[in-house]
Amino acid sequence: MNLSGRVRLTVNGQPVEVPAGASVAAAVAHVTLQFRRAVHGEPRAPLCGMGVCFECRVQVDGVAHVRACMTPARDGMRVQTDD
Amino acid sequence: MTERYDVLIVGAGPAGLAAAQAAASHGARVGLLDAQARPGGQVWRHDVRRAAPRAARKAIAALHQVEILTQHHVVACEDHALLVETPQGAERLTYGALVLATGARELLLPFPGWTLPGVAGAGGLQALLKQGWPIAGKRVVVAGSGPLLLAAAATLRAHGARLLGIYEQAPAATVNAFARQLLHWPARAAQAISLRARLAGVPYRCGSIVRSAHGEGQLGAIEIEGARGVHRLECDQLAVGYGLVPNVELAGLLGCAMEHDGAHPQVQVDSLLRTSVADVHAAGELCGIGGLAAARIEGAIAGHAAAGDDEAATALLPQRAQARRFADLLRRHFALDPRLHALATPQTLVCRCEDVTLAALDGFTDARAAKLATRCGMGACQGRICGSALAELGCFPRGGVRPPLFPARLATLALAESEPSFSDEYRGN
Repeated sequence: MNLSGRVRLTVNGQPVEVPAGASVAAAVAHVTLQFRRAVHGEPRAPLCGMGVCFECRVQVDGVAHVRACMTPARDGMRVQTDD
Repeated sequence: MTERYDVLIVGAGPAGLAAAQAAASHGARVGLLDAQARPGGQVWRHDVRRAAPRAARKAIAALHQVEILTQHHVVACEDHALLVETPQGAERLTYGALVLATGARELLLPFPGWTLPGVAGAGGLQALLKQGWPIAGKRVVVAGSGPLLLAAAATLRAHGARLLGIYEQAPAATVNAFARQLLHWPARAAQAISLRARLAGVPYRCGSIVRSAHGEGQLGAIEIEGARGVHRLECDQLAVGYGLVPNVELAGLLGCAMEHDGAHPQVQVDSLLRTSVADVHAAGELCGIGGLAAARIEGAIAGHAAAGDDEAATALLPQRAQARRFADLLRRHFALDPRLHALATPQTLVCRCEDVTLAALDGFTDARAAKLATRCGMGACQGRICGSALAELGCFPRGGVRPPLFPARLATLALAESEPSFSDEYRGN
């Protein structure tokens, strides 16, 4: 977090700014509603919002299968959704 | 790394916070863990753009001598110990007494189009919103059942959503009967009136259900069946939830006896909220959906009992009975319409993790056989979504629980002392 109470990170290479305390899910939603691709290729986005459904899985700083809704956004994070 | 607590509490929502405060008042070393990044649970979830409710701030500020362990995910249990995963690694937490306050999740039922991005739970979208999800100017429909819809809608509006309507599945006659009963509960009535005032101008339609969602790659429209037939509504987000189901997975892993409320298991407790397993107590939603007031008082009861003060726990029992009566009222008036059980077509995906359709589950009568043949329930959510939905639909009850409770890192599992136990329940008995 910087002095302005905002957090700056990138989602699929695009810079995004969210309030301090916001989730990675919120940051992703500023860029795309497609978080992951399901087994048969359909796009998916968060369903439960509370860490239960695993539909919001993304890659954070190279780590796969991170639940975006459970992860606070941090300065400099690099978030990648499924292509 | 191993830490030892006199009283360890799982879940930092209203029940867990009250349990921590009560247990700590007796001088016990108390640990309060939660998977989320901040205490508050779902109902008191921190809102990054707005101040928390006063009750939530007070409950969190009241914690003295309590170690708050956030982003701690329980993966497995051993004798008087929990194996937890944190962003930094894994830990073993041992305890003298354990209080389970794992709360509830939303009941999410399958319907055509429910996998489209833009469709979320009602409490689900509210939770996302509180953590900064962009909603200003978006056209949003709220649907499902229960007073949670009003709370979710109020949060949506406060964040600038364009609310197109709230669609409650319960018929108008029973919703009105519920409203009349509120006269006996002044605090609840005041809350309901304040919510309605904040939602002035937003249509509230009873006896209405969302039949399907449509869109290319993301939600564009929904179809609603109401008293006056079926109509189509264009929208950007749908927030739809059919009430709550208890989170009993950890209790199940510990071997706690369950009872059923309709299709869904809840933890069986005695009058002092002790489960069937020695030194394991339970409080709040996982003992049966009871709402905020019941959770707070039960948390205090369980916290006192876990710290060994049965007298202080017993003194609170009349308050618990009162709070639970309100829960009965809710259950009676927001029972689910059987039409909701028939929304999914044979082609509708039921298991979202493994893309299993309802048709693929035809003929199966137990979760384990269905899982082995179709992969239903085998994905990352471990059947939490499809299992509860299939139980509600009357297909088959949820399967047993085994470790790890959540997908975990190999390094975490390496810390586990014992082999995973394969209980009779897991074998499908």
